[in-house]
Amino acid sequence: MTATSAGTAAGRRVPAADRPRRGRPARRWAILLFTAPFFTLFAAVVVAPLGYALWLSLFREQSSGLGFGGAESVFTGVDNYLRTLADEAFRHGFLVLTGYAALYIPLMLGGALVLALLLDSGAALLRRFFQLALFLPHVVPGVIAGLIWLYLYLPGISPIVAALRDHGIHWDFLGDRVVSSVVNVTVWEWTGYNMIIYFAALQAIPREVLEAATIDGARGVDVALRIKVPMIRGALVTTLIFTVIGSLQLFNEPVVMDGVSDGIVSTWTPNMYAYAEAFGRNDYGQAAAASIMLAVLAGLLSYVVTKWGNKK
Amino acid sequence: MSRPAVNAFLLVAAAYMLLPLTWLLFAATKSLPDLYGTPGFAFAHLNLGANLSAVAAEGDGVFFRWYLNSVLYAGLGAGLGGLISVACGYAFDKYDWPGKDQLFGLVLLGVLVPTTATALPLYLLASKIGVVNTFWAVFVPSLVHPFGVYLARVLSAGYVPGEVLEAARSDGADELRTFRSVALPMLLPAYVTIFLFQFTGIWNNFFLPLIMLSDQRLFPLSLGLYSWNTQVTAFPEYSTLVITGSLLSVVPLLLVFVLLQRFWRAGMTAGSVK
Repeated sequence: MTATSAGTAAGRRVPAADRPRRGRPARRWAILLFTAPFFTLFAAVVVAPLGYALWLSLFREQSSGLGFGGAESVFTGVDNYLRTLADEAFRHGFLVLTGYAALYIPLMLGGALVLALLLDSGAALLRRFFQLALFLPHVVPGVIAGLIWLYLYLPGISPIVAALRDHGIHWDFLGDRVVSSVVNVTVWEWTGYNMIIYFAALQAIPREVLEAATIDGARGVDVALRIKVPMIRGALVTTLIFTVIGSLQLFNEPVVMDGVSDGIVSTWTPNMYAYAEAFGRNDYGQAAAASIMLAVLAGLLSYVVTKWGNKK
Repeated sequence: MSRPAVNAFLLVAAAYMLLPLTWLLFAATKSLPDLYGTPGFAFAHLNLGANLSAVAAEGDGVFFRWYLNSVLYAGLGAGLGGLISVACGYAFDKYDWPGKDQLFGLVLLGVLVPTTATALPLYLLASKIGVVNTFWAVFVPSLVHPFGVYLARVLSAGYVPGEVLEAARSDGADELRTFRSVALPMLLPAYVTIFLFQFTGIWNNFFLPLIMLSDQRLFPLSLGLYSWNTQVTAFPEYSTLVITGSLLSVVPLLLVFVLLQRFWRAGMTAGSVK
């Protein structure tokens, strides 16, 4: 398997011929040639926009006294940040996001882990079929996943709503409890993806370790929880980081449902808030402040998760 | 857990994953009245042909334009972007220079930056230089894929032994030639893996095109279908267009992934173990 060979190659001590090269002008030119395209573009589309957002967030467009001559930019320091933080809609967006993440992250990653352990357990038949079937939703773009589920939530079209009604359950997928409906869409999209990552990590566990445990009399569930799960901690931490960052950016799925759902407003998540500020109210300063805070939060949370993952 | 219980559980999970796609398949064959009037998982009067021609006819065939755009954004973007990532990751793996670790830290940081945080200022910068609402406004930002550089470094360490490069050098090949004719062929599987990841990333991207583009003819599929869907409340007949269009846009991608399983599995394995 490629992972194991890549892992060991990177980890072993390198013989002299294998050691990375330094010095010699020709080598320096080569390094520049290989890395310059990426870093030039990286500077242009990642670093510069972040810097520009930081700059923008410190200014505010103000129309001059009588409304003549348009607006001018005035330096206002952290004012945009304070305004954004004080805005009821922004805070509500974070509340929604927190509720979403509290439901989505454990459900999705927990589900992915359980499925991966079941697939790895030796009791599973048709392993390749299950892997493929569980992974396929990830290939569907977020917007289209949102559209498909939107129809599966719509009374009149949806076979799910109809089936529930036949059993006397009246569940409004697009009303007050729309958060759980959005969670369902993202769970559908991401469970299989993370399951494959866990499954690959599980398959890389040396079989001797597991055999030793079985000889010692440990049973299936014990082996899974006490031996397998701790051994794939690296994968668990990585997926948690990416899931947290992805959750913070929640936008596509709720935006698709926005038009039909009573439960979703245009500032429903922080990202939707930034979009509405920028393109609904043309307040770029405040939109930039919201984006920066989101990026900082993403950095902070990944740091916390990494620290926590390395400590345990 | 017993063997039947394990398999029953997996079967339920697989059904949950596949049912929405199955429903889409049924729904795309129905006329608008049948969509509302017949059970979701049953065939009604076969209307697929009419739905397909309605999709093709809408807006002078703009749907195929979107299709082409998506293929261009994602195909060219991942094709070129993958090469950029592979070259950069290869340099990180095989060469040494002052400040390398810090620079790689920057790449890793780039993986973590939410793309939506850069999209808005990117729009403002693009409007300053007058490229908003052009092909390039979506294409150029898509080329950058920090995760690809990370993957390329990991995979280069696994696929390209330093001894082979040393042998090429002692045969008189310069650095560029060594990369092109020795390392690159060995990195081909890595390139395909990185290409696939970037391709799906660009194909799924919605936020950037939504912000950058106002001309319908530049839309990728996801944005186009979204714009059709915003009409549904006023014009219910757009439902069949959205449903049939969604099916058409999903099927090729599903096929690609079924056929290229080896490559995305390799990438996900490498990404998880490190």
